[in-house]
Amino acid sequence: MTATIERPAEKPVKAPPLRPQHRQLAVLAVLVLLAIPLPLVLPPALGAVAVRILIFLLMAVGWNIMSGFGGMFSFGHAAYFGLGAYTSAYLLTEHGVSPWIGMVAGMGVAAAVAVVIGYFSFRYRLQGAYFALATFAFAEALRLIATSSDFVNRAVGFQVPLIQGESLWQLQFAADSPAYFWVALVLAGLAVAVSIVFLHSRAGKYVTAIRDDELAAASLGTPVMRHKLLTVALSAAITAVAGAYYTQYYLFVNPDLAFGASVSIQAIVPVVIGGIGTVWGPVVGSVIMGSLSDVTATLLRTPPEFLSFLQGRSGLDVVLYAILLIFIVRLLPKGIVGTLKERWRR
Amino acid sequence: MTTLSPDRKRLDAGTLKRGGALAAVVAAAIALALLQSGSALVVWQSVVTGILTGGLYGLIAMGLTLIFGVLDIVNFAHGALLAVAMFLAFGVVQATGLHPYLALVVTVPVLFLIGAAVHRGLLSGSGGGSLENQLLITLGLSLLLENGLLLFFGAEPRSIGLPGEIQIPLFGAVVAGSRLYAFAGALLLGALLYWLLRRTRLGTAIRAVAANGPGAELVGINVRRLHTLTFAIGTACAGAAAVLAAPLISITPTLGAQFNITAFVVVVLGGMGNVVGALVGGLLIGLVEQLTTIFLNGQSSLLGVFVVFVLVLFLRPQGLFGRRA
Repeated sequence: MTATIERPAEKPVKAPPLRPQHRQLAVLAVLVLLAIPLPLVLPPALGAVAVRILIFLLMAVGWNIMSGFGGMFSFGHAAYFGLGAYTSAYLLTEHGVSPWIGMVAGMGVAAAVAVVIGYFSFRYRLQGAYFALATFAFAEALRLIATSSDFVNRAVGFQVPLIQGESLWQLQFAADSPAYFWVALVLAGLAVAVSIVFLHSRAGKYVTAIRDDELAAASLGTPVMRHKLLTVALSAAITAVAGAYYTQYYLFVNPDLAFGASVSIQAIVPVVIGGIGTVWGPVVGSVIMGSLSDVTATLLRTPPEFLSFLQGRSGLDVVLYAILLIFIVRLLPKGIVGTLKERWRR
Repeated sequence: MTTLSPDRKRLDAGTLKRGGALAAVVAAAIALALLQSGSALVVWQSVVTGILTGGLYGLIAMGLTLIFGVLDIVNFAHGALLAVAMFLAFGVVQATGLHPYLALVVTVPVLFLIGAAVHRGLLSGSGGGSLENQLLITLGLSLLLENGLLLFFGAEPRSIGLPGEIQIPLFGAVVAGSRLYAFAGALLLGALLYWLLRRTRLGTAIRAVAANGPGAELVGINVRRLHTLTFAIGTACAGAAAVLAAPLISITPTLGAQFNITAFVVVVLGGMGNVVGALVGGLLIGLVEQLTTIFLNGQSSLLGVFVVFVLVLFLRPQGLFGRRA
C-alpha cells in the first residue's frame, strides 16, 4: 500500500494567502458556476451525456475516498451503488416515499453495510489482493441475492412510477429538462466539496497517514479501525447517492445494472485515468470517460466508410476504455492530474 | 504463503486433521442433502456432477494459482484468455473438421505465446509494479479481450459438439462422456504441473523464485525471464482447460467472467499458489455448487460458493492447505 499521491508540500511556505482546501473549494465553486448554463447551450443529446458524466463523477468521488485517500483498493463499489439504487427504488415504488428521502435512506444502508464488511475485513487483516477479492465477492453476492429475491422482483428489478407533470420533490421532470442536470450538478458539487473538506480534516489526515504507513500511524496512537471505518462509510454513502440518482434518471434498475461488476469498473476507471488519491482526478477522469462513451456511441451508430463493419455492434466503447486504462496505468501511473502535479512541482 | 505444490513432507498432522474435518463437513452436508431432498438418486447425481464439474474448475484455476504463487499477480484476465482459447478452438474445429480435442495442438502453444507477450509487454517493467497497477492492467486486458471478441464475433453463443458423445451410467447417475474426459484431463494436467514443479530443473527454479526472488537472482536465475515463462505456462493451462471445457458449455465472449469468479474462489480455497490445492478446491466448489441447488431451491448456485469464499477469506486466507505466512 504505497499509493502516496498527495504529499504535503515540502517547500518552506511563507504564510500562504489561502489554505489549500479553501483554494480547492474556490476552484470548485467556479467550475460549478461555469457548468450551470451548460444544459441551456448544449443540444439535448449532449445534455444527457453531461448528466451521465455527473453520475460517473459521484461514483468516482466515492471510490476515490476509500481507495485513493484511504488506500483500501475496493473492487466492489457496485455493492454501495446498488444498495443506494435499490433502497430508494424500493421505498418509492412500494411505499411512495420521495426519492430524496430514499436517497438518504440508501446512503444510510450503504454506509452501514460498508462498515460491517469493512469491520470484518480489517479485523481479519485482509489486504491488497485479498481485500479487493473480498469486496468483489460481496458485490457479486448482493447481485445474486437481488436476482433471486421476490422481495426486490428478482431479475426484473424496479420501474420508477411516472407522475403527472414535474416535481422537484418527486425528482421527476420532462425528459429533456435541464433540471436533471442541475440536480446532478448540485449533488456532484457537494460530493467533491465533501471530499475536499474530508481530505484536509483531522480525520482525513489520519486516514492518509494510515494509508502511507499503518504500523507507524498505529504506534503513534491513531485509532486506525475507527478512521478506516469512517472512510469506508463516507465512500459508500456518496456512491449510494449515484445509485439513487441513476435509478431516478433512467427510471429503472435491475440486479445487473445495480450490482454488476461493470458498475464497480465504472467507479474505478475514471479515477485511475484522472489520478488516484487526488481531488481533481475523479473530475477529469469522469469528463474524459463520459465524453469518450458518447464519441463511441456515435461512431457505432453512424460509422465512417472504413469502419462500416462496426455498425450495430456493441463492445467498442469498452474496448476503448480498456485501451485507455492500460495506457494510463503503463505510461502515467499517477493518472493525468497526478502526473501534471508532479511536473508542476519540479 | 506460496506453496507451489505441497512437498510430501508437508502432509503433516495439521493437513491430515484439516482434511479429516473437511471430509466430515462434506459428509454431513451430503447427509443433510439426503434429508432435504429425500431421494438418494438426486443426491448421488448431484455429488457425481459436482465432483466432475469441480475437476473442470480445478483445471481452470491451476494456471491462475501458478501465476499468483510465483508472480503475486491476481490475473483478472484469466477468464477472458480462456474465452479467447475457446473461440480459437471453435475456429480450428470449424476450419479443419478435426476432433475437438485435437485443437489442443493449437490453443496450448498460442496461449503460451499470448501469455509471454502479455507479461513482457504489459506486466513487467515500470508501471506494472504495484499490486493495484497489475490488477488494473489485467482488468483492462480482460475488458479488452472480452469486448474485442464481442465486437468481432457478436454475442450469439456457439458450441463445439463432441462427435460420438456418450452418456455414461455411474451407479444410477448419468454423466456425459465429455464431462468425464474433462475431469480426467484435470487430473492429468494437475499431475503434469506437479511433476514439472517438483521434478524438473525448471520447476526447481520456479519454486526458488516464488520463495525468494532476490535470492534466486543472486544464484544466477534470470528472474524476469522466469516470470515471463511462468505467466506463459499459466496461460497455456487456460488454453488446455478451454479445449477440455468447450464441449460442456456454450461459448460466448463473456463466459470468462463467470469462470473467473469461481476460479478465484478455488484459488483462495486451495491456497494461492498451490497447484494441488487448486484441484482439491475445485472439487469442493463443484460439490458446494451442486449441494446449494438442493438446499436453496431457486437460488443461484453461486450463492453457496460466495458464502464459502467469504468464510475462507476471513478464517483461513492462506487457504485450506496453505501455511500462515
